[in-house]
Amino acid sequence: MAGFFDKLKQGLTKTRAKLTQSIRSVLAIGQKLDEETIEGLTDVLIAADVGPRAAERMVGDVQQAFRQGRFTDADGAIAFLKQDIERTLHGWDTSMKWSASGPTVWLVAGVNGVGKTTSIAKLAKYYKDQHKRVMLAAGDTYRAAAVDQLQIWAERVGVDLIKHQQGADPAAVAFDAVDAAIARHMDLLIVDTAGRLHTKDHLMRELSKIEKVITRRLPDAPHEVILVLDATTGQNAVQQAKLFHESIRLTGLFLSKLDGTAKGGIVIGMRDVIDLPVKFVGLGETADDIEPFDPDQFVEALFAG
Amino acid sequence: MFDSLTKNLDGILRKLRGTGVITEDNTRETMREIRMALLEADVSYKVVKDFTNACIERAKGQEVLRSVAPGQQVVKIVHDELVNLMGPVDHTIRHSEHGPVVIMLAGLQGSGKTTTAAKLALYLTHKGHAPLLVAADVQRPAAIEQLKVLGQQLNVPVYAEEGGRPPRICERAVQVARDRNCDMVILDTAGRLHIDQALMEELREVKEKAKPQHIFLVCDAMTGQDAVNSANEFNQQLEIDGVILTKLDGDARGGAALSIKAVTGKPVKFIGVGEKLEALEEFHPDRMASRILGMGDVVSFVEKVQAQADVEKARELEEKIRKRTLTLEDFLDQLQQVKKLGSLKDVLGLLPGMGGMDFSSAQNEIPRVEAIVRSMTPRERMDPDVIDTSRRQRIAAGSGTTAQEVNQLLKQFRQMKKMMKMFSESGGKSKALGGLMTRMPGGAAKMSGMRPGKRPR
Repeated sequence: MAGFFDKLKQGLTKTRAKLTQSIRSVLAIGQKLDEETIEGLTDVLIAADVGPRAAERMVGDVQQAFRQGRFTDADGAIAFLKQDIERTLHGWDTSMKWSASGPTVWLVAGVNGVGKTTSIAKLAKYYKDQHKRVMLAAGDTYRAAAVDQLQIWAERVGVDLIKHQQGADPAAVAFDAVDAAIARHMDLLIVDTAGRLHTKDHLMRELSKIEKVITRRLPDAPHEVILVLDATTGQNAVQQAKLFHESIRLTGLFLSKLDGTAKGGIVIGMRDVIDLPVKFVGLGETADDIEPFDPDQFVEALFAG
Repeated sequence: MFDSLTKNLDGILRKLRGTGVITEDNTRETMREIRMALLEADVSYKVVKDFTNACIERAKGQEVLRSVAPGQQVVKIVHDELVNLMGPVDHTIRHSEHGPVVIMLAGLQGSGKTTTAAKLALYLTHKGHAPLLVAADVQRPAAIEQLKVLGQQLNVPVYAEEGGRPPRICERAVQVARDRNCDMVILDTAGRLHIDQALMEELREVKEKAKPQHIFLVCDAMTGQDAVNSANEFNQQLEIDGVILTKLDGDARGGAALSIKAVTGKPVKFIGVGEKLEALEEFHPDRMASRILGMGDVVSFVEKVQAQADVEKARELEEKIRKRTLTLEDFLDQLQQVKKLGSLKDVLGLLPGMGGMDFSSAQNEIPRVEAIVRSMTPRERMDPDVIDTSRRQRIAAGSGTTAQEVNQLLKQFRQMKKMMKMFSESGGKSKALGGLMTRMPGGAAKMSGMRPGKRPR
C-alpha cells in the first residue's frame, strides 16, 4: 500500500508544514517535563481536534506515567502518548463486512457536504479494482442534481447505478436497488443517502426507514453502516456520530478530506462517547484517492507538521 | 458536553453567591470553564488563550469584587468581549453606478457554496436586485446542473458554459449580466483546498478578471481547529470581505466565527440556517456569542417567538407571571403560540440545555394536553384548585383521558407556576420574557412527558 504521505505529496505543494502547528515548535526536544511541556502536549492534541476534555484526560495519563517514572523527558512523553493512541487504534476492527451469500449491502450517511457521494465513488472504484461486481443506489433524492452527480461517478468508475427521480422516496430507491443487486448477482451494493443534519428528527427517521427497508428485503443487510465524517469537523462530530448511531446502528467511519491541513483528531476524541472505527480515509477528488485506515500513519500525521 | 458551560457556571455562580465576594481564584475557575466552553465550541486554541487572558485583565480592572453577583458579571464581560471581537458587522452589499456588482464565493469542498449562492440570490431579489448566478464550478460532477436547478426554482437566471476555464467564464458572465440588466452577479466557484496552489491561483485569476466588489469565504459552522488555517490562506490569497457561516441550523456551536475574525480580522456577515433557500440571515455577533458560550440563543428564540406569536399576548403573559396570576387559560394560549412556531425542537433547540432533548413525544402530546384544558370550564381554567374528584372525572371523560392524566397535568402546572414564581423573583424585566420563554415550553413539554436526552458528559 502506498502510504498516504506519498499520496499527499503528489500534486500538493508543501505549504502544510508552514500552516500547521508542528509539535517540534511547541516542544523543544529533550526538554524536561514541566508545566509548559504539558500545556504544549495538550495544545497539539486540541489543535488536531481531539477536543479539550479528551486531551486533558490523555495528557493526564501521560503525567501519571511520568510520575511512575516510565519516562523522564518530553521525548518520552510524546512517545508514550503516541503509543497510547496507537494501541487503541490498533484495537479497531477496520475490516469491511461481507455477506456470506448474495449481495453485500453498505449504507452510507452523513451530514451535508462531508463528501458522501465522492466517498462512495471511491469505495466503488476500490472494490471494482478488486474485481467485485459493484452497484450504487442514488438515495440522495433531495439535493438538486445529486442523482446526476452519482450517475457521472458511476459512469466514470464503470459500475451500475439504480436511480429514481429527484424527490422520490429514498427508501424505495434502496428497496429497488437491493432487488436489482440480487437479480443481477452483484457482490456489493452501496446505498447513497442525502446529507442531513443529525438534529433534524424527521430526516433521521427517514434514514432509519431506509435501513429498515433494506433489512426487510435482505435480512442480514446492511452489512456495514458507514458515517462519512469530514476531517475538518470539530467537536460537533461527537453529536453527529451519536445521533446517527441512534438512528442507524453505525459500524464505522469514512474519514474524508484528510488531504487538507485538518488532522481528524476527533475520531480519537469521541471515543469517550462513542467508539467507532475509521475504516477508510479520503485524500482527494479523484476516485483513486482512498486508503484503508492505517493507525500508525494516522498517529504520525497527528503529531507531524 | 455541549450544554456544560451553563451548567458548570451555574455551579460556580452558586458558590460565589454563597461567599458574596469574588477572588482572583474564583475568576480563574470561571475562566477555566469558559476556556473549556470555547474550546468545545471549536474556537482556535490560540485565540482562546489570548481571549481568556484579555478577559481576565478586564475583569480585574473592573470593580468585580464588590458586585452582587460577581460570577454573572464575569460572564457578562466575556460575552461582551465576544461580541466586540466578532463585530461590528456591515451587511450592506455595495452598490455600483457602473455596471453590475460582482460577488464572489469561495471556500473548501462541501462548505455549501452552491446552496449559499442560491440563498444569496434570493436574499438580493428580496432587496429589489436582479442577480445573475454564475456556475464557475467546473470541477465537481453535476455542480453546474445543481445551480441551474436552484436558479430555476428561484426564477433567477444562471450563466454556465460547458468546458472552459472559470476565470474566463466569470469575466464573460459579467458582460452577460450587463446585457441582461442584472445588477448583481454571484460567482459560485469550485470548492478547493487552501493548500492547493494551482486552484488558489485560479481563484486569484477569477478575482482579477471579474473584479468582484465582494469576496465571501463560505465556511462550515462545524469546522474545527482547522478553520483558522483555511480562512487565513483564503484571506491572504484573495483579501476576502467577510465570511458566510453555513449549517448553523445544526447544533454546532460555531466557534469558527470567532477564530476567523480574530485571525483574519474579517467578520462573519451572513449565516446559513437551513436547507430551504430562504434560510440565509444576517449575522448578529451578540447571538453568536451566546451560542458559542453555550448559553443558548435566547435572543434569536425570543425574536422567533415575537415574529410569529402575538407580542401583545406575550407581554400580558409576562405581566401575569410577575403578578403570579397565570392560569390554565394562559397555558392553553401559550400552547397555541408554540404550535404556531412550528417544530418544538427547532425552536427549543435554540435554548440553553435544550439541545440534547427529545421533543418528539412532547410535540405529539400537545393535542392531549390541549384536550384536557379544553374540557375544563372557564372557572376551572382560571382557578384549577376548584377541580375536585367529580370535576376531574368529567374532564377526563370529556377529553378522552384518565383522571390520572388530568391530575398529572394539574400537578405539573402547579410546579411550573412555582418555577416561574422563583424566576420572576430573581429576574429583571427584559430577562423575564426570555426566561419565560425558556421555561414555559419546557414546562409544557414536561407536562406531556418529555424525556430529556442523554447528555454526553
